[in-house]
Amino acid sequence: MMPSAGDSTSPAPALASPPLPSTSRHSSAPMTGQERPFQGAILTPARWCVIMGSLSVVALILAVVCLQLGTQYIGLGKLVGVLSSALFDQPTENEAIKTTSVILLQVRLPRVFLGFLVGVCLASVGVALQALLRNPLADPYVLGVSSGAALGVAVAVLFGIGTTVLAFSLLPVCGFVGGLVALLVVYRMAATYDRLPIHSVLLAGVILNAIFSALIMFITSIMEPNRSFGMMAWLMGSLTAPAYPALAALSVYLLAGLFLLFKQVRVLNILALGEEPARSLGIDTERAKRVIFLVSALLTGAVVSVSGMIGFIGMIIPHAVRLVIGADHRLLLPASALVGGIFLMVADTMARTFFVPSEVPVGIITALAGGPFFVYLLVWRKDRLV
Amino acid sequence: MRLPVDPMCTADAYSDRHHAYDVQGASFCYGKLPVRESRWVLSDVSLHVEAGEILGIVGPNGSGKTSLVKLLAKLAVPQRGRLSLFGRNLSDLSREEAARTVAFVPQESPTAFSFTVAETVLMGRYPHRRQSRWSLGFGWEDREDCAAAARAMATMDIGHLASRAVTDLSGGERQRAMIARALAQTPRVLLLDEPTAFLDLQHQLEICSVLRRLTDEQGLTVVIVSHDLNLASQYCDRIVMLKDGAMYSMGTPAEVLSVEALRAVYGCEVLIDPHPESGLPRITLPRQAGPFRG
Repeated sequence: MMPSAGDSTSPAPALASPPLPSTSRHSSAPMTGQERPFQGAILTPARWCVIMGSLSVVALILAVVCLQLGTQYIGLGKLVGVLSSALFDQPTENEAIKTTSVILLQVRLPRVFLGFLVGVCLASVGVALQALLRNPLADPYVLGVSSGAALGVAVAVLFGIGTTVLAFSLLPVCGFVGGLVALLVVYRMAATYDRLPIHSVLLAGVILNAIFSALIMFITSIMEPNRSFGMMAWLMGSLTAPAYPALAALSVYLLAGLFLLFKQVRVLNILALGEEPARSLGIDTERAKRVIFLVSALLTGAVVSVSGMIGFIGMIIPHAVRLVIGADHRLLLPASALVGGIFLMVADTMARTFFVPSEVPVGIITALAGGPFFVYLLVWRKDRLV
Repeated sequence: MRLPVDPMCTADAYSDRHHAYDVQGASFCYGKLPVRESRWVLSDVSLHVEAGEILGIVGPNGSGKTSLVKLLAKLAVPQRGRLSLFGRNLSDLSREEAARTVAFVPQESPTAFSFTVAETVLMGRYPHRRQSRWSLGFGWEDREDCAAAARAMATMDIGHLASRAVTDLSGGERQRAMIARALAQTPRVLLLDEPTAFLDLQHQLEICSVLRRLTDEQGLTVVIVSHDLNLASQYCDRIVMLKDGAMYSMGTPAEVLSVEALRAVYGCEVLIDPHPESGLPRITLPRQAGPFRG
């Protein structure tokens, strides 16, 4: 058994002797022992479908509830009536239905949709950044990516580059540039040779946040008062739905980014082993890093340009979802995306209904939920952050 | 009995003609080419690794052990010299081709997320995934992947930990999970950087005897970087000793581990006597350090 140990009585403990591999990888290997060896230990397509299916149903139900709630409550029957008449293009003569239709189609529907979309993007970016930085506290807001994007947008607004070209606003692009600069600076500040200490990453984010906030406040203070008021409201994080063509353009932009991110799910899994092991498994980590950084900045930039600084969704949601369904990014990313969308949609409905007739910026609600959660992780779950 | 391997080196006649590795005049430094000769991390290292042997790489701190194993793992590229893997130039191989033949286990593995042990081991199947335009990067593991992972876990005796989170494992269990992840790659060559560094005696012994068994029974080639000269002496077929980035000696444990060599390389006096069971050199530290000869 151990030639180098000679004829000695080997103290080697009796290990379960494995069946010797005799199959090539091109023939299907007959399973030894039970048919499913990792029952419950790994993610299966069936489990994926069940969880994603039920989350989609929940999202749909809550979307309907969010559409019903507001200054004026809309009954389910009326809601379905208005939606179907809009869908099948049947004009009505009923005045009451017409008003409801305007409220529903021009105000609530785009806003609920935008809330969902923004939540989806923030949670997805959170998942991707956490995996890439191997840091469960990473989040576009905490890392200063959001404030970088906000600075880009603020500069654009200051110099009046906020014009639209074919329904494509240039603001998301400015946000993208700002967010990318922030992300690269954080990475360069925190990375020492092949290592990304969690606390350096957070510290770099804090520093960047301070600098960018100061610059944003400077820009706000030299604007005319009425513009600076709008700027402040936007910065606090509020969803103001754009018109349908702009919303459609934004959706295309965001969905393209999400698609690119979703193609990286298995790579995100393996990056959790560390960069060198990932490279030794055949992954081009430099390319993966570039794609994830670019897409994260792209999504954050676009989201910030329409909704301002909505914080902590990218941190809370992936964390909570991971606790429940496990760490496999093939499920974690899409499930977090759905839960993030649901969370922001509901939070925004709370923001616009709790204090009628005034409205609270939704960023305040997410920050009030996320800040304490962050403290909880940092203080009581230290063991998880090593 | 052979491990299932990439067609690249399945033909026994082909692989038998070649060493697992041939390293000729490899010099390496981090970053740009150094201005001074002393900045080389590795300079002019030439060695070979025979197929089916355990090769130990030993040397003092900073002698370039880890850098050498990174060159072998294709994680770093030497500025000078050439490396070949089973007769093929390592730099000609794609990352994935290399990953199907060579598996690498680092000294420490980050555990930021609560992947289960089974999920972690299955990550080793990544280089064997089937490319499909429509899989959207999901790449679900098939029965063959699960079978390879189950074999690897049985070999490392962690089958019972399949659904535990890697974050909840002890150091020894985690290290065995990481080696199982590498074995699930069904490699021809296994590279380990300090595999026993944080393990207690029992786990050190277990891992070493499993590696010995894999080389003897399945023809696996193993390269171990180790600080533990005694483990290297008992379990390695041959040992490479590095000093200041250059190769000091290469040979069987009995040839390499001598009082004179250790004095020259480590700068300290040690006692060497034959191991009571194997007769291989056993290194013991003296009670009092002699005059420093670094």
